[in-house]
Amino acid sequence: MSKSYLEVGETHCAIGHPKSVFWQWMLTVDHKRIGLMYAAVILTFFAVGVLVALTIRIELFAPGAQILDGDTYNQAFTLHGVIMIFLFIIPGVPAVFGNIVMPLMIGAKDVSFPRLNWFTFWLYIFGAIVALTSLWTGGGFADTGWTFYAPYSLNTNTNVITTLVAAFILGMASILTGLNFLVTIHRLRAPGMDFFKMPLFVWGIYATAWIQLLATPVVGITLILALLEKVFGIGIFDPSKGGDPVLFEHLFWIYSHPAVYLMILPAFGIMSEIIPVFSRREVFGYRTIALSSASIAGIGYLVWGHHLFTSGMSDLAKTIFSFLTFFVAIPTGIKFYDWVATMYKGKIILSTPMLWALGTMITFVIGGLTGVTIAMIGADIHLQDTYYTVAHFHYAMLGGVVFLLFAGLHYWFPLMFGKMYNEKHAKIAFYLNFVGFNILWFPMFIAGYQGMPRRYFDYLPEFQIYHQISFFGALIFITGLIYMFTVLIKGIKNGTPSGANPWHATTLEWHLPSSPPPLENHTKVPYVDFRPYEYHHGEPVVKFDYKTMQRID
Amino acid sequence: MSHEYVPEIAIDRDGKKHEVQGWQGDFYGGKLGFWLFMLTEVMMFGAMFLTLTYYFTLHHQDFIDASSHLNRLLGGTNTVVLLFSALTMGLGLLKMRSGDVKGAKLMIWATILLALVFLGIKAVEWREEYTHGVFLGLDALQSGNEHSRPFGQILFYGMYFTMTGLHGFHIIIGIGLMLWLLKRINAGKVSTEHHILHFNIALYWDLVHLIWVFVFPYFYMIGAGNAH
Repeated sequence: MSKSYLEVGETHCAIGHPKSVFWQWMLTVDHKRIGLMYAAVILTFFAVGVLVALTIRIELFAPGAQILDGDTYNQAFTLHGVIMIFLFIIPGVPAVFGNIVMPLMIGAKDVSFPRLNWFTFWLYIFGAIVALTSLWTGGGFADTGWTFYAPYSLNTNTNVITTLVAAFILGMASILTGLNFLVTIHRLRAPGMDFFKMPLFVWGIYATAWIQLLATPVVGITLILALLEKVFGIGIFDPSKGGDPVLFEHLFWIYSHPAVYLMILPAFGIMSEIIPVFSRREVFGYRTIALSSASIAGIGYLVWGHHLFTSGMSDLAKTIFSFLTFFVAIPTGIKFYDWVATMYKGKIILSTPMLWALGTMITFVIGGLTGVTIAMIGADIHLQDTYYTVAHFHYAMLGGVVFLLFAGLHYWFPLMFGKMYNEKHAKIAFYLNFVGFNILWFPMFIAGYQGMPRRYFDYLPEFQIYHQISFFGALIFITGLIYMFTVLIKGIKNGTPSGANPWHATTLEWHLPSSPPPLENHTKVPYVDFRPYEYHHGEPVVKFDYKTMQRID
Repeated sequence: MSHEYVPEIAIDRDGKKHEVQGWQGDFYGGKLGFWLFMLTEVMMFGAMFLTLTYYFTLHHQDFIDASSHLNRLLGGTNTVVLLFSALTMGLGLLKMRSGDVKGAKLMIWATILLALVFLGIKAVEWREEYTHGVFLGLDALQSGNEHSRPFGQILFYGMYFTMTGLHGFHIIIGIGLMLWLLKRINAGKVSTEHHILHFNIALYWDLVHLIWVFVFPYFYMIGAGNAH
């Protein structure tokens, strides 16, 4: 039996062959180890972001100042946004599961540029450190919101410069990850695996990688221009020199809107993996799911203007952007119907990953459909910058991307560690999270509809009840999160051995010679002449001899 | 590093053999990766050209006035220098492919020399502008003082220094890359059989001169008909 990739010495390093375990991890180029390190760092930042959010919730428990003053409050929501967006959710699914699972799924030994992958991870860490230093240096952390809108970001005395530099570095890391994955998917698929034999998660990563590659440079240069504006006063976004602040918003959202699809597409990929496996049925409409990922990525480029409905844009442009935004709902809807149709007459097994996936179907539909309401110009004029939008965003991102990240965490947990967590407790954790999440965010739709503006430190007394229900929900949600991570960490420490394929899944990442997988993955590269989700009477069709990786069914 | 890499063979159910593409020694993959990286550069400069076009439409006359004061002789010379350097770079790659490593190294040195000439001329140009009081951070490009230029001119010069500056930064990076390439060639890591690094640096250099081919007319030529 081959050795696990987690054992001492079972790694290739970027520089030399260090003896110490510490340096073997720091210098590793193995995609699985890099993915695990991303997971550790990213989830730590998630915890910090949650704590900052809790501070904001406590502050909003009653009108007036509780524990923060107004300026600190502005810094707090900026910190929450910067951590959650740039450090957690943008690297999120691609950096963790794109690294750990994607090469396994296509039968590759590693990504195309393993050293670049190593470099990218440390670039990300460097960017994170730069972002955090701005907490203690200069005028304190930025208070602009994570969007850095000009002209305020140009005039504030807080440390916007450092945050901009950090966002640029993190953007570079994101570009290089995308580039690496694109080349990997194009070049390293196992013989016989054409694009329409790839698992759907790989399709999600593929579409995402294009967004990372093509959209991120635009925000990168926008941040550079804002930086030069602050240092040299070149005037590009400063109205007092003839510049146009709305141009900043356009350039910013040309990236940042596609970025939300960058977050959700690989998460949808996880959903497309889990639904067929736990329904024991071939996925319904494979091609439509695969191509809808690609078309969401494509249409996603053309809708950024809907962030600017109240910023000053011609009525014609507004109408076009509104119309195009509705269009995104079509491929997304196709995916949802496909998933539901996959489950129809399936042998549904309610394991924890499936529970998370099904929970996401509810929360993301709420998040998605409320998105369609604010894509309407008339409704958006009323709802822009209210808690309605905040609730929509969190239903789509937290209830979509993060829930599916957790689903993936449970689904690929036995793959990563070769052990199984306690299913019963993991399920309780899911229900706590699901209930807490809805109590936390749903009241905000109502508060926002009644006019509660976002990013406000204080509010009118009639909104108090909504904030207090939210606070109550936040407590349940955080309890659920702590519960879930405790279950998972206990699973890593003393879970029962899971075996190589505990879920009876069909895709290649489960056809490994040992559990957890060895350093260079499959014993031999298989020849792929089958579709990714073939089930017959609830049992996987394709079987391998794990020594030769030849089909024996 | 992995020159002795032997590709694995996958066998399908009919017993037919299929060569597996590994990440090691993947010339095509290396090329594809670098082309994709070039695409990000295009998007980056593309966003700046978009900004430039937008302000050119808003402040048409100011842009033409400002442009007419740029030094077209030096800018034009630089264009020729850079196009020549693209030629030497390309010839170097051809020589490398045909096995003439010594000739290839000579051509890389020629490219480095031309790049330095470009930077020198650029420095003279910037210095000239500085002595005329037009530079980032000087009064002429700030608002609300007696030396202030009109809005459109502030924006024009702001973009001019930003874009030529970033372009110059790419030239400096390119020189560094070429020196590194020479070191790798001397160490025998880059050779006729394994010249992906040479290929990609040549590609990079092509992009650098291609950007200049757009920068030059957009800044220097729009005011050419207005020169005094």
